[in-house]
Amino acid sequence: MHDPSAIVGSIILLIFILTALLAPWITPQNPYDLEKLTLEHFLTPPIWMEDGKAPFILGTDDQGRDIYSTIIYGCRTSLTVGFGVVSIAGTFGVLIGLLAGYYGRWFDVVTMRLADTLFSFSTTLIAILFLGIFGRGNVLIVIVAICIADWVRYARTMRGSVLEVKEEAYMMSGKATGAGDFRLLVRHLLPNAIPPIFVVVAVDLAVVIMLEATLSFLGVGVPLTEPSLGMMISIGKNYIYAGMWWMIVFPGAALILLVIGINLFADWLREELNPKIQRKA
Amino acid sequence: MLTYISRRLIQGLVVILVASMICFLIFRYMGDPVIMMAGRYATFQEQEEVRRLMGLDKPAYVQYAKFLWNAAHGNFGISYVTRVPALGLILERFPATFELASTAVIMAFFLGVGLGVVTALKPYALRNRLIMAGSLGGISIPTFLMGILLIMTFAVYLGILPPFGRGDTVRVSFWRTGFLTVDGIKHLILPATTLAMYQLAVLLRLTRAGMREVLTEEYIKTAWSKGLPPMKVIFKHALRNAMIPVVTITGLQFGELIAFSIVTETIFQWPGMGNLLLTSIYETDRPVIVIYIMLAALIIIILNIVVDILYAFINPKIRYE
Repeated sequence: MHDPSAIVGSIILLIFILTALLAPWITPQNPYDLEKLTLEHFLTPPIWMEDGKAPFILGTDDQGRDIYSTIIYGCRTSLTVGFGVVSIAGTFGVLIGLLAGYYGRWFDVVTMRLADTLFSFSTTLIAILFLGIFGRGNVLIVIVAICIADWVRYARTMRGSVLEVKEEAYMMSGKATGAGDFRLLVRHLLPNAIPPIFVVVAVDLAVVIMLEATLSFLGVGVPLTEPSLGMMISIGKNYIYAGMWWMIVFPGAALILLVIGINLFADWLREELNPKIQRKA
Repeated sequence: MLTYISRRLIQGLVVILVASMICFLIFRYMGDPVIMMAGRYATFQEQEEVRRLMGLDKPAYVQYAKFLWNAAHGNFGISYVTRVPALGLILERFPATFELASTAVIMAFFLGVGLGVVTALKPYALRNRLIMAGSLGGISIPTFLMGILLIMTFAVYLGILPPFGRGDTVRVSFWRTGFLTVDGIKHLILPATTLAMYQLAVLLRLTRAGMREVLTEEYIKTAWSKGLPPMKVIFKHALRNAMIPVVTITGLQFGELIAFSIVTETIFQWPGMGNLLLTSIYETDRPVIVIYIMLAALIIIILNIVVDILYAFINPKIRYE
């Protein structure tokens, strides 16, 4: 990995994952522990401004929650939803794509028609409608709502890749030596067809994290009792005319930085895996 | 071609039927429509009366058939909140959404494709590297945040553009348009930019990637060596082939566009369908939600069929059997 943007991307992602894991030890308060909250510190500006108070480095919101702590706990939610969706939708999509590409026939027709339809409605629209109708319960429901249509990305890529690999000589010789379907699928097809999925995983992680923030911003995402970057920005929106910019700018910057980090990494992966583009030394 | 179109139409019809079935289930079984219509304090007799009047005492398939029959005649029931027909409520909002979305699509498509071509020709020029860095920002800033940042910059701090609403509109028969007044155009700039930005960045990156691949092909080298004018090589030989994935994605992104118009309309208090949907979700106004879903499905399916037919014109290799 010699590409500077890939290194920057990986470092950003790593820092976010570490802070999310270490959240309780590196934050002055748990912003969602009601016993620790006092309204007396509400709407405090960042510490370097006139009315800033320690320990609220980046200020507080209208409930007296420390912005810095809430951002770190909010990133925890972002990453939970992100990795949750990527692993559930990814596994399901890869499986469907593998079977659709390998067996073809009616299974292929039915699943790919369904995939096309879900894709044209878009993951975002389906998630908004699903959560709008069934209500916000917990983080798990948000993950499920996003997964309903998100597996399609993986299934389509996997199917395309399988169709190419299927024609390779080693698949033929595998068949000729009498290997069963299961062995062919798992030992030969899966490992050779999966590389394009890595790019999808990286891109999808960024998309899902933005989607969770969007859903929570709209008020159909994670419940009010869970920290979320989207919800922080939604609260901050009420105070932009009062000039209290810190409630939006800091969580917004955290969200953008996290997504840019992942996208830089995805860009590098895409070019690295595409033999058609010649890279300038 | 004709068989292909009719097959797509039948598929579209199946999707609409499935959507209607889901809508029926939501309408009928999520919450009790009787209580919503008769009111919380209705007596038992009154509730029974409403149940009988609405046909809710009949078997489910009869109710579904009636739901379909009514839907086909544009009768989706009465909004629980405003007590007026839900269809009228939503259609009144259609022009606002249409004007916002179409402005955004046009902006995103032409700027995205144009900048994509420019950056593909000289990928390592400083200016083009800056454009690519900007596009990375475009795909990394979620629409809602983009909207709020634009409001903070142009409405709160600079004070040069209005932060919400649609401004002055002019009524042309049933259509209320904001295109014909200066105030209307001013109100359109921020929301349309917000809605366009993400798609613009996606299209730019797709066009650039497609062009870079196509430009290495043999037939492009042939075209250059024949001494054809650069415009002809770039637009006629290269772009036409690079456009195929771009059109696919544009065609498939109408669902995304509708979803993000919900977000944009909410931020800018734009009086469109998406804003109405979200209000209806907060107030559990199911008839309005149901009709929004049906309308969105209809729009998406029609646009997809249109894009599929457009394909044939860009790519002569495709001949629909």
